[in-house]
Amino acid sequence: MATRSYTSRRELEQHSFSPAVTVLVPLAAILLQAFLPRPFPKLAILDLPLIITVFFAVSRRNPVAGTLTGALIGLLQDALTNQPIGVNGMAKSVLGYIAASIGIQIDVENLTTRVIMNFGFFLLNSLLLFLINRRLLGHSDVHILWLHELLRAAVNTVVALPIFFLLDRTRRAE
Amino acid sequence: MESFFTRFKNVLVLVAILLAQTIGLAVQVRRPVESGTPDGASVTLIRYWAVSTITPLERLFHGFGYNIRYAWSNYIDLRHTRQQNHELQEQISRLRLEQAALSEDAIQGHRLQALLDFQQHYVATTVAAQVIGTSGNDLSRVLYIDKGSKDGLKSDQAVITPDGIIGKLRDVFPHTAQVLLINDQTSGAGVLLATTRIRAILRGSATGQIIINNLTPDSRIKPGDQVLTSGGDLVYPRGLAVGTIESIRPDPDHQPYTLIQLRPAANLNQLEEVLVITGTQATLPPEAQHDLAVGVATAQSQAAAKQLADQQAAEAAAKSAAQIVADHLPSLHDSDTPETTDAAPGGAPSNPGGVVPKPLPTVHPDRYTQGATPPAADLKPGAESTPVTPPQSPSSAPPPNATQPAPNKPHKSLSDSPQTTNPQP
Repeated sequence: MATRSYTSRRELEQHSFSPAVTVLVPLAAILLQAFLPRPFPKLAILDLPLIITVFFAVSRRNPVAGTLTGALIGLLQDALTNQPIGVNGMAKSVLGYIAASIGIQIDVENLTTRVIMNFGFFLLNSLLLFLINRRLLGHSDVHILWLHELLRAAVNTVVALPIFFLLDRTRRAE
Repeated sequence: MESFFTRFKNVLVLVAILLAQTIGLAVQVRRPVESGTPDGASVTLIRYWAVSTITPLERLFHGFGYNIRYAWSNYIDLRHTRQQNHELQEQISRLRLEQAALSEDAIQGHRLQALLDFQQHYVATTVAAQVIGTSGNDLSRVLYIDKGSKDGLKSDQAVITPDGIIGKLRDVFPHTAQVLLINDQTSGAGVLLATTRIRAILRGSATGQIIINNLTPDSRIKPGDQVLTSGGDLVYPRGLAVGTIESIRPDPDHQPYTLIQLRPAANLNQLEEVLVITGTQATLPPEAQHDLAVGVATAQSQAAAKQLADQQAAEAAAKSAAQIVADHLPSLHDSDTPETTDAAPGGAPSNPGGVVPKPLPTVHPDRYTQGATPPAADLKPGAESTPVTPPQSPSSAPPPNATQPAPNKPHKSLSDSPQTTNPQP
């Protein structure tokens, strides 16, 4: 008789989501990201797709799933811009991979961990976008405004916490 | 080998995905630009799928919000509407006067352009569209509007508002289109500084500012100067407002050029309705010609009214001056003719200009007094001068034998007649 043995945190706390949540939540995030800055221009500082990418990656704790989720969300985001398709796709692929890898190692349910993790991921996202634009695409006039990036990371971290709390309820029961 | 792939499965998947996207980026960047299509066919297809997925939902949200706002603003929130209407009427009157002042110059300019065979492009047809969404990325400043190729839109058509230019169409899909804003880092436009008539190239920047960085320092360029489209880019018609110069400073990256930052005329952050210019023509549209004709007629009527008012004012001033003279100078009244009593009801004489002025009576007459000097025909050369008897009264005639010293003998006259005074110093 085969018995299931839990040998790691990944196997112990790996979560899954229904297909509807997997498809509709990223779509809703991209939709809101595209729609909200029109009536509320200040909300352009948000990056809801990145919040969703990080959430799914750390919840599934599967680097391949995290990479693919980040790539798909980033590519869809790129398709709505005038940038070459792949800029956000590459950045979010890396972030999805790292988030899933971190989720295996540490307890990402803790509030403090989530704050630090989100803040760090948003700064890393800005750095990756800067490198892709500057080095791969050769946009010499792209600069990192560190104060703005810190503010963006802080604001997105504050927004990410309640979203994580809401999305925790969409996890499929084991 | 199998254990290698199993062990490094996660990293290999990440590397494969990154590699694929890097190749995709390289293909997009190296692709030669075809006319009318900003992206290759495959990229356009991906964008089309994404836009087709997102924009219907955006349109739904936008329609919902629009209807709520419409109902609120048109049926509920009507406070101050009457006052606003009054203010708008005043504004229309003021604009009509301004239009009249500019119409004749405009017509003269058109005449000169016709003489020079100058090709001007006027906005002929536009399509009004509503903004339904953005790119959602602050490195990509694009908007989505609810009109597309089915409505006659094409790539590279200019998008404006009544305040100024917004950008141009980039990707056009059947029912929606992507507007590239002028503050995007890939945007550009040919512009003209209104006061100095210097041509320049406007660019967007990564931080969302509009800059001009192809001009060398010029003391004539000052903050506050207006910037217009030059028409040289063949996208934006000539003469549309772009913005005003906000700051001028040396460009640290491109010396000796200056970095001129503009404040856009239109609020690029909160756009709801825009106009897409779908056609231009070399002559003014009929509506504009009619407006211009109305303006010219108004200007001519104003000029005629002003001329009439000036003429009446001049006549009134002349009448007033004559009346003042007539009142304060009694000698103006002819003593031989009786005072006319048929004055106008307002007190003005019937013919103030017809009175011949006469000098006042002399209080202390001398030989220079009018009438004291005999006519030149009565004088004899070498005749002895006689003391002059001044007239006793202003009304009495001068004595016929009164003589003046002969002009050829002034010294004798001086010695013989001490009463006479020497007119020469």
